[in-house]
Amino acid sequence: MSIQEYFQLVWNDYTLRTITGGTAVLGAICGMLGSFAVLRKESLLGDAISHAALPGIALAFLITGAKDSGVLLLGALVSGLIGTFWIRGITSKTHLKSDTALGLILSIFFGFGMLLLTFIQKQPNANQAGLDKYLFGQAATLVESDVRLMIIVTGISLVVMLLFWKEFKLLLFDEDYTKTLGFNTKFIDIIITFLIVLAIVLGLQTVGVVLMSAILLAPAAAARQWTNNLSTMVILAAVFGAFSGVFGTAISASQNNLSTGPVIVLVAGVFVLFSFIFSPKRGLLFREIRFRKNRSDLQLMKTLQFMYSIAEEHENISHPHAIRILNNFHGFTKTSLKKLENEGLIAINGQDWALTPKGFKQAQEMYNQKPANE
Amino acid sequence: MNEKVAIKIDDLTVAYNYKPVLWDIDLTIPESVLMAIVGPNGAGKSTLIKAILGIIKPIAGSVSIYGKPYQKNRKLVAYVPQKGSVDWDFPTTAFDVVLMGTYGKLGWIKRPGQNEKKIALEAMEKVGMLAFKNRQISQLSGGQQQRVFLARALAQDASIYFMDEPFQGVDATTEIAIINILKELRRAGKTVIVVHHDLQTVPEYFDWVTFLNVKKIATGPVKDIFNDDNLTKTYGINYKVAVNK
Repeated sequence: MSIQEYFQLVWNDYTLRTITGGTAVLGAICGMLGSFAVLRKESLLGDAISHAALPGIALAFLITGAKDSGVLLLGALVSGLIGTFWIRGITSKTHLKSDTALGLILSIFFGFGMLLLTFIQKQPNANQAGLDKYLFGQAATLVESDVRLMIIVTGISLVVMLLFWKEFKLLLFDEDYTKTLGFNTKFIDIIITFLIVLAIVLGLQTVGVVLMSAILLAPAAAARQWTNNLSTMVILAAVFGAFSGVFGTAISASQNNLSTGPVIVLVAGVFVLFSFIFSPKRGLLFREIRFRKNRSDLQLMKTLQFMYSIAEEHENISHPHAIRILNNFHGFTKTSLKKLENEGLIAINGQDWALTPKGFKQAQEMYNQKPANE
Repeated sequence: MNEKVAIKIDDLTVAYNYKPVLWDIDLTIPESVLMAIVGPNGAGKSTLIKAILGIIKPIAGSVSIYGKPYQKNRKLVAYVPQKGSVDWDFPTTAFDVVLMGTYGKLGWIKRPGQNEKKIALEAMEKVGMLAFKNRQISQLSGGQQQRVFLARALAQDASIYFMDEPFQGVDATTEIAIINILKELRRAGKTVIVVHHDLQTVPEYFDWVTFLNVKKIATGPVKDIFNDDNLTKTYGINYKVAVNK
């Protein structure tokens, strides 16, 4: 199947439509909530939460004996939340820094989860096969009820986010100040963290424990490059996330069913790379272009300044001078003279140059210019 | 001097892991003073403000604002944190930051409306930052960031202002602009408490001073207690260089 065929099929084929819808919604909610994680500098929290969810999945299976994804995700939610609050507890009650706490919880929970998984696999229960799909995810197992759950959770998150937008923004920017205004910062923190845990747990079936944090962070990191406005960033991250989901699914479905999760992560990675290079304000490319342009502008202005120092000594500011007298001055070239002429700052006549009144004025005012955008 | 008490602190003690940072502080601050808190590094100046505001939990002591516990009269208090305490690369504008000053009175969930926006714009005008209202905060200079923080506190329209080193890393123009606003606040009957480092400017800027070094050394009018004796007690070295008035 080619990509074109995929996009023709996606509206009619049940499986394709379900998977695509699921990954799109998942990308959107993760991008949205990932923005908060990135801005709180808690990028690694997502990674820790997703790994911490694994023992929950295994325990939920051991207790119920059923492989119903709703039950397993509930287990994941509980153990993800426990992991998160232990991380918070470790950082507030001990001297350990948050990266240490994250690393500890991540590996201990993941280790325990792996232990339970191998234990389950040794059981003589035919039902046990396929639990390990939660490690790397398997989008093909998504059914309509999974997608419906994702849509409901996304809807709830959206409502909560709109409701507490002001409080979220305040807490993200300045937590201490939020406290002094009388807001219960613990409560706001719990809402944000809970939503992030929810989003991660939703994605475990599709993307898996190991790669989940990338879906959370990549769209947000890409979105941050394009805007300086929080709401735009959140919307953009949701859009990037949704597109990563759709394109990732399209590519994986059209290329011999490559594993969907990793492809989605790679597509999101492409968004990040593209944004790092091409975003107009923060991107590497435009920064380099601006840098070069500034340097060449500066060169021109230096030449003009030198001309000004010569012209100043004459009564007629536009008195012509030989180009030769510039020869000992570094930084002048034929092209730079041409540029100055094009901008109407100097006039060139054969072997002579002369400042125009405009050029004289600009050189005079060079050092007390106001920034153009003030 | 007005005898009304703005802030009363009793037995305030703060400790990080058994090491006392503030020890048994009793402090009564009258209304309508411009007070400096001075003391060496590690004396607990910022901690004192944070403990009063409930940002840090004290292990003992109580704070009352105009006769009521701080929690009850919180809306009368505004705070200007150290400008290094936040990430200035946060995606928002100067105006948005100032608008945050109105959030406390708005309470949960309610959105700022026309009235709040007007308050924020007026506060920006007072600190001379109106022209920068749409500026991304990462594009502001250190002095401008400090002014934005001051404007945010002004937008709270409080009776008591706590400021943590508002003059740190700002140029002379901004320093004068800020102190003029603080003096104006005091004239309007507000109480302003400032963590301050530059001892030379204390007599010029402030009318009230508290010497702090883990314990309270002295508190009172600058003209009575700002002397070599108290400076020596606070800083532990013979402080003959201090300007005496």
